[in-house]
Amino acid sequence: MGGYGDVQMIDENGLRLDGRGPGDLREISIETGVVPVADGSCRMTWGTNEAIVAVYGPMEAHPRKIQRQDRAVLDVSYNMAPFSTTDRMRPGFNRRSREISKVTKDALESVVLLELYPRSKIRISIEIISAEAGTRCVGLTAASVALADAGIPMTDMVVSVASGKINDVVVCDLNKEEDNYGEADLPMGILPNSGELVFLQMDGDLSQEEFELAWKLNMDAATLIHQKMVASLKGGDSQ
Amino acid sequence: MNSRPVARLDNMSRKSDAGSPRGNGRAQSLVVPGEEIGKSEGVEAGHGVIATDGRLIAIKQGRLREKGKTLSVEPTHSRYIPRPSDLVIGYIEGCTNNIWFVELGAPFNAILPMSLGPGKVEFGGTRSVMDIGDAILCRVQEVEETHSSVVTMKGMGLRKIRSGVIEEIDPHLLGRLIGRGGDSLRKLKEETGCRIVVADNGRMWIDGELNGILKVRSRLNSISGGDS
Repeated sequence: MGGYGDVQMIDENGLRLDGRGPGDLREISIETGVVPVADGSCRMTWGTNEAIVAVYGPMEAHPRKIQRQDRAVLDVSYNMAPFSTTDRMRPGFNRRSREISKVTKDALESVVLLELYPRSKIRISIEIISAEAGTRCVGLTAASVALADAGIPMTDMVVSVASGKINDVVVCDLNKEEDNYGEADLPMGILPNSGELVFLQMDGDLSQEEFELAWKLNMDAATLIHQKMVASLKGGDSQ
Repeated sequence: MNSRPVARLDNMSRKSDAGSPRGNGRAQSLVVPGEEIGKSEGVEAGHGVIATDGRLIAIKQGRLREKGKTLSVEPTHSRYIPRPSDLVIGYIEGCTNNIWFVELGAPFNAILPMSLGPGKVEFGGTRSVMDIGDAILCRVQEVEETHSSVVTMKGMGLRKIRSGVIEEIDPHLLGRLIGRGGDSLRKLKEETGCRIVVADNGRMWIDGELNGILKVRSRLNSISGGDS
């Protein structure tokens, strides 16, 4: 493929740099109720990614000009902590975090029953504590768990996962090296119960067959991740 | 702690239609948003449940409850949503010449017009009667479509709160505090010797000896701590 694609990231046994097979996910753990003052919260670790999400509301939307008379508005902010990457991340919003906040908001708006809370606002703060690759997927998935924890009515939860291509092989859940030196990246936001898509981005090039394979890998991974989300939400309650 | 609601659900299923297609769904009591909890045929969707394409889907995280023909989800976390005729405890959060704004723990502040205030108040004299930060016992008079509400202080026992303490729990836990027919609450009042007024927005006014108040507080902690 040329360019960065020359870096060898799959060995002769078909295993990746961290020993995973093409369809394997990194290790995921989910914990709810980690921010006591918030209405709902979630800490999600995904490989060496870590995100904390807090949900507040529904509450009165301020300033009043953002209020909608027929539904609630979501106020999503995605932010990376300065210490989350090896290069210091400059605090505050940048172009990238604004974009991720927006796509996360759009994805969540299609599941949250906004019309039940006219004129109000639901605030979702996504803070990335440790970033490796795929933090937008971690943020979106953790946000839907935190919303469920806060008792916000939703028709489904959003599971987000990315697949990509490295050394001409389609693999699931890219890590940092695969993301940096690979050829393509396809993050998706999936509603696990209906299989509908609420979020899709693509970075790089995929042929139609590769795209379909990446799609399938994401769909299969989403089922696994959804099981973990359900287990954490149900398990956290019985303690 | 988890066993009580499960047992109740099992009892109900044995009594009523045990051979219904929803047989499997009944055994599990905890649900998450998006989870399919059965067919909508012959069943009414209650709180926290919607019916789409002949299926019932939970829209909140919580415990599944069945009452008669209605299937509902009792949420694990909830926020107070005002309903007309609810008894509530609120804090004054602002005032104009003829209106008080009352914070109820709901998404929106309620308004308390001077005409529904305590006794006779002169125009412009709102702050001298009830100032910002004061707690009041009031009743929800009206809730509009846009969720803004009006509260009133005209009625039996509605007044400004001048003594005791105010505690707060999630509104859906009130049932556990009050008990069936008010049994638990009556017992708590007798044990502690305190005067307790439980409002529908999850707040309660406790007045009495310090030891009694501490006892009530520990009970509240055990109710809200045991759930989350």
